[in-house]
Amino acid sequence: MSTCCTTPAFEPPSTPPSGALRTVVLIGPPNSGKSTLFNRLTGLRQKVANYPGVTVEQRMGLMAGVGHDDLTLIDLPGVYSLTPYSEDARVAVDVLKGKMPGTPKPDAVIVVLDSLHLTRQLMLAAPVLALGLPTLVLLNMSDLMEARGGSVDPLKLAKELGAPVALISATHGTGLDAVPLFLNQHSSHQAAARQLTLPVLGNAASTHTWASQISRRTGYHAPLSAAGSRKLDNILLHRIWGPLLFLVVVVGVFEVVFSIGQPMADGFGEILARAAELIRPLIPGSWLQSLLLDGAWKGISSVLVFLPQILLLFLFIGVLEDTGYLARAALIADRVMRTTGLNGKAFIPLLSAYACAVPAIMATRTIENKRDRMATILVTPFMTCSARLPVYMLLIAAFIPNVTYLHGALGLRTLVMLGLYVAGFVAAMTTAWLLKSSVLKSSETPFILELPQYRMPTLRSLGIRLIDRAKVFLRQAGTVILCVTLVLWVLAHIPVVHVAGGSFSAPELADSVIGRLGHFIEPIIAPLGFNWKIGIGLLSSVLAREVMVSTMGTLYGADPGTQALTLQNALHHDMTLGGALALMIFFAFAMQCTSTMAVVRRETNSWKWPAFQFAYMLVLAYVSAFAVNHIVAAIFG
Amino acid sequence: MPQVCNSDLNGRILKSDYSGRSSRVLPFRRPRGVRQVSVLSELNVGESGVVAALNLPESVQNHLMHMGFVPDALVVALRRAPAGDPTVYCVDGMEIALRHETAEGIRLRSPEAENSDNASELELVQAVR
Repeated sequence: MSTCCTTPAFEPPSTPPSGALRTVVLIGPPNSGKSTLFNRLTGLRQKVANYPGVTVEQRMGLMAGVGHDDLTLIDLPGVYSLTPYSEDARVAVDVLKGKMPGTPKPDAVIVVLDSLHLTRQLMLAAPVLALGLPTLVLLNMSDLMEARGGSVDPLKLAKELGAPVALISATHGTGLDAVPLFLNQHSSHQAAARQLTLPVLGNAASTHTWASQISRRTGYHAPLSAAGSRKLDNILLHRIWGPLLFLVVVVGVFEVVFSIGQPMADGFGEILARAAELIRPLIPGSWLQSLLLDGAWKGISSVLVFLPQILLLFLFIGVLEDTGYLARAALIADRVMRTTGLNGKAFIPLLSAYACAVPAIMATRTIENKRDRMATILVTPFMTCSARLPVYMLLIAAFIPNVTYLHGALGLRTLVMLGLYVAGFVAAMTTAWLLKSSVLKSSETPFILELPQYRMPTLRSLGIRLIDRAKVFLRQAGTVILCVTLVLWVLAHIPVVHVAGGSFSAPELADSVIGRLGHFIEPIIAPLGFNWKIGIGLLSSVLAREVMVSTMGTLYGADPGTQALTLQNALHHDMTLGGALALMIFFAFAMQCTSTMAVVRRETNSWKWPAFQFAYMLVLAYVSAFAVNHIVAAIFG
Repeated sequence: MPQVCNSDLNGRILKSDYSGRSSRVLPFRRPRGVRQVSVLSELNVGESGVVAALNLPESVQNHLMHMGFVPDALVVALRRAPAGDPTVYCVDGMEIALRHETAEGIRLRSPEAENSDNASELELVQAVR
């Protein structure tokens, strides 16, 4: 042991590597408030990635306020034990043992336990302590425990566990000074050899006996269970009110996203358009002006305007998740999901797929059964993700009249939008049933779902979530969409034609490279009611759905005949109602998202599944769009 | 009737009421004609039982034990899901939903076995009287 605690900042480089802390791992059972604590300790200095080869999300962040600048905190997935029951637990064990490639071996461990259910939570502490790393045990939600009449002696517990113990509240940020204290102590000397009696590891019964003995010896008095959550569940899980309120919540979310989000999007769009006019005189050269403003800027801003609505949707799903309502929704949905052969747990990824399929597919890792998980992954892209919103909203605004029913409470536009959501959901359920009764047939897996207590979501965690999402969206707009619009603009302007007088000018849009390409594929898409411009849009939207809107923006912006019109009016002149509805249905069913395909490929570890998924969805989309176009044309003449 | 479920009283109480007061009902006092349940799925909402053993696949069993379904744990059937199937059980202060077929694999201690367990205690109580 070294003599004294030196200031870590001036640590000489000759210190043996075991003395300096580099990597700290945060582990805890699900719903123990681990993520809140992680956000507290790292703030915005975190990065989210995936562990190589598996789908488990890896969250890392630099810790602030400890005295080191390079101290990395790794947030492990929430696990009940280190028994490899799920992929999450396998990853946790590998990281803890330093066997995860690309992840540094941890120097210390912070265990977060929910003090409301300490006895059960201590069962995780046993295998972690057995690893022999310097360990700090944090008892979270201690304020709630004390408020409800519970108590525990942290000193006695520390003695029993052979590790420092602190009572904290991650939500309020109290007691957190124990973390830097612990880390600075351990950066100067190694963990003292502990003499512990640990249970037979891997044996649940023995671990439970050990945990209950410890909690008894440390005077742990469990708080009364929350009456509030129970009372709320009396209503939210009521036989009649439960499902009804569930529907109200879902419809309400969409209503708010459209009624509040639409003016926000319009306002934002106006600001973006004005910005373009402000910089127009500053750019020299008419072709450069055209490239930057009519090509790139118009394309990007037609997608950017949907940022407020998408963030609003993510906000609602975040609130539902953080309050603990999503688990109840899974419970309510279990009966319906069962008819498809899946269980209620598959419902949580499906619901979050309303925001984006990529995190939803990653969230399927909570499904223990491999075949169930595969089926869920395959049907997830049918759920109406936020990238479809720009396309739907553009087409609905252009083609569906703004009529309201029931004294203005329900608009036709909202109904059409809801219909598209329902179409996606029905397609997902039917496909799940088909898969589960054929290729992915399996014995039914147990449905074990913990209902967490209702919690108030913190602004902090919601804020971090929204900033993350906005970053992803803006990165997409700045890279993929920017490139696509620039390429499109160039393709729409070559080959250049000679004009009398020796100067060059752009060709007619129909004569340009892109125009010829569009005309080439027109025979395939004409039966669906799409013209060649839509065809170009469909080709470009294979990258990402929202690219469709920017492509349309660029194409109609490049065409002198429609340049002056807004995109909505231009489309209205160019398409029939049948074609527009067919286009919406096409977008509801087709798999136009390279990020989703990449994530499916990583999940399933083969190209076979994403290829199958792409082909299946494309055929379904084509056939449905064909049917819709012809039915609508027959009805409305 | 909603039950107060408290982990602290694990396996010791047989009945409790709104106030959180728990009364110990000794076997000889148990009313006649009481329903005998042998597996968890047979519990009605509001009833409670003590886990005897788990009869499920190894991995599921392990998972359930880490969630609190260990022998001697007191389980209360809290509510059924709106559609009637997954039932929410309260164990160790946590609420956990299980489907009928999973709950069927969790055996509860039969009252007879408890009688023999408590036989000495019973004699003691009678001797005191």
